[in-house]
Amino acid sequence: MVVVMGITAASAQKIKGSDTVLPLSQKEAESYMKANPSATITVTGGGSGVGFSALLEGTTDIAQASRRIKFDEKQKLQAGGKSVKEVIVAYDALAIVVNPGNKVTNLTREQLEGIFTGKITNWKEVGGEDMKIVPYSRETSSGTYEFFKESVLKNKNYMNGIMSMPATGAIIQSISQTKGGIGYVGLAYLNKTVKAIHVSYDNGKTFTEPSVANAKNETYPIVRPLYYYYEAKSESSVKPFVDYVLSPAGQQIVSEIGFITVK
Amino acid sequence: MKRLKRIIEKLIEGILTVSGAVTTIVILLIVVFLFREGAGLFRSPAVEKGYVLCVDAGNTVTHLGPKQIKEIFDWEIENWKDVGGRDQQIVVFRFEEIFSRYSDEELGADYELLPEKLGEVISSTPGIIAFIPKQYMPENVPGIKVLRSDDITLSDFLGGREWIPTATPAPQFGVLPLIMGTLWVSLFAIIIALPLGLGVAIYLSELAGERMRKILKPTIELLAGIPSVVYGFFGLVVLVPLIQKVFGLPVGETALAGSVILAIMALPTIITVAEDAMRNTPRAMREASLALGASNWQTIYKVIVPYAASGISAAVVLGIGRAIGETMAVLMVTGNAAVMPHSLFEPVRTIPATIAAELGEAPAGGAHYQALFLLGCILFVITMIISVTAEAISKRQPNRGL
Repeated sequence: MVVVMGITAASAQKIKGSDTVLPLSQKEAESYMKANPSATITVTGGGSGVGFSALLEGTTDIAQASRRIKFDEKQKLQAGGKSVKEVIVAYDALAIVVNPGNKVTNLTREQLEGIFTGKITNWKEVGGEDMKIVPYSRETSSGTYEFFKESVLKNKNYMNGIMSMPATGAIIQSISQTKGGIGYVGLAYLNKTVKAIHVSYDNGKTFTEPSVANAKNETYPIVRPLYYYYEAKSESSVKPFVDYVLSPAGQQIVSEIGFITVK
Repeated sequence: MKRLKRIIEKLIEGILTVSGAVTTIVILLIVVFLFREGAGLFRSPAVEKGYVLCVDAGNTVTHLGPKQIKEIFDWEIENWKDVGGRDQQIVVFRFEEIFSRYSDEELGADYELLPEKLGEVISSTPGIIAFIPKQYMPENVPGIKVLRSDDITLSDFLGGREWIPTATPAPQFGVLPLIMGTLWVSLFAIIIALPLGLGVAIYLSELAGERMRKILKPTIELLAGIPSVVYGFFGLVVLVPLIQKVFGLPVGETALAGSVILAIMALPTIITVAEDAMRNTPRAMREASLALGASNWQTIYKVIVPYAASGISAAVVLGIGRAIGETMAVLMVTGNAAVMPHSLFEPVRTIPATIAAELGEAPAGGAHYQALFLLGCILFVITMIISVTAEAISKRQPNRGL
């Protein structure tokens, strides 16, 4: 009886949070359950913030997040008597994409900031044709939106009235058919219908192409970690799955999905 | 036996009355809920809840509006004299920066030294504006002044032209571009859909042969059954590039794309309701008109259309209602840029699209959440005005001209 109880407690787990991490967690859970038939893991999305509040309410075992836990979220968890552990399970790089017909291939961070805050409005100002720049952004609810704002815009606000698309697929679709378009997508979503921009974070000294190799050797600057957060108390039950994700088999899935492995 | 029947009848009557009352009450409760949730916005401070803005004590500025705060933190205003202070450079300080200046040890295990350190930073930096959580606000430190924070006002909300609900420290809730965007897209949708819809309705009810009707009617009704996301996808992949090419625009996601998609979606409603109204014209009237020597066409526009006027206006209202409330298709094709619409060839953002895209991640009970509820109220008021107007119009001309 005790053994049975132990197994059910250890094997029924819930993961909730970021939609960016969602496909990874799903794949990991599938193959983990194949290896351990007694385990059941349910994975749901909703956004990084949703994951943290679920962790606070105790309705999830692991919160998956595409950003670091915010200061006030940590405070709330501490106030609720919970201390959390943080694990980085993969990295995700953001690629800046333009229409394949666009001649511009290199942009500095400052130029990108100018474009997305509305200070630079024509491609000829950054060495391209005389053509209006049409910046595309994700919706405000997306973790990607927040990360781009932090990393590239240095916390400034996007220009008033930026085109905002409900999904990454829609950004790719729009840019592939808009000559002056520019937007940002996860590295995994890159395809031939758009062109990836080489980015420089050192005022134009070196421009780096977004690729898994460059993200791994840390020459590509727009990279963010993807996290799992869990309560320190439930470590023993969560640990087997987290270890599996970090194992070679788990990290194999990470690169299949198009993210960058931890090691 | 008879008595039992009467009891059952009474019972059914009672059930019908109760269900009618319940429905009415539920609708009223939903409206009350909507307005109650939304009204909270005007009790929210302009600065994000739980945070304060501090400046050094030497600063002469005492309070800032939401727009000024946003511009300062975007480094668009760089000198205090632009907001009524002294000629001094503004130094922007966000709370997170404290962690790069001091290590966690220096701040104490439970951050008990945090207020003190914040106080040091603020009092030692002239021209600083610091955005910090209220709970860590340094107290009894002489060199610090807290900026007075006003509540968000109705005029900020209705008259503001910037919708940036996630801006920190001061979110911008200007709904004017959203209201205008919604009305703009719906107006042109109805301008496109109305003549087409009426034309098809007249054709179907008066001119088409029985066989043609049997093919056309189900096809049109099929249009109403297509999920809106499918329309949206069709719009994004087919219509948007087409508009971009035909008009030579930098972007194809425009108000026009939204209007055309909405027009297509409103057509089945308009056609079906208007056609039913026309077919309900009594046979006697039709025949009387023809017997008086009127041609078929004269009968249509002198007898049938006037007779069906109230039905047709109902069709129009239902069509507009569908257009204003439609979410998914519009979300996908209009580009969702919150700017005031000047032409049909610019991106717009509508109210339903905004609610759908943002409610999922807005913290429950926060200012953003309340602002979205207020948007719902505005949408409700707009549709109510439209249906009341339509009602008035159809009442004022009860089948005149007959």
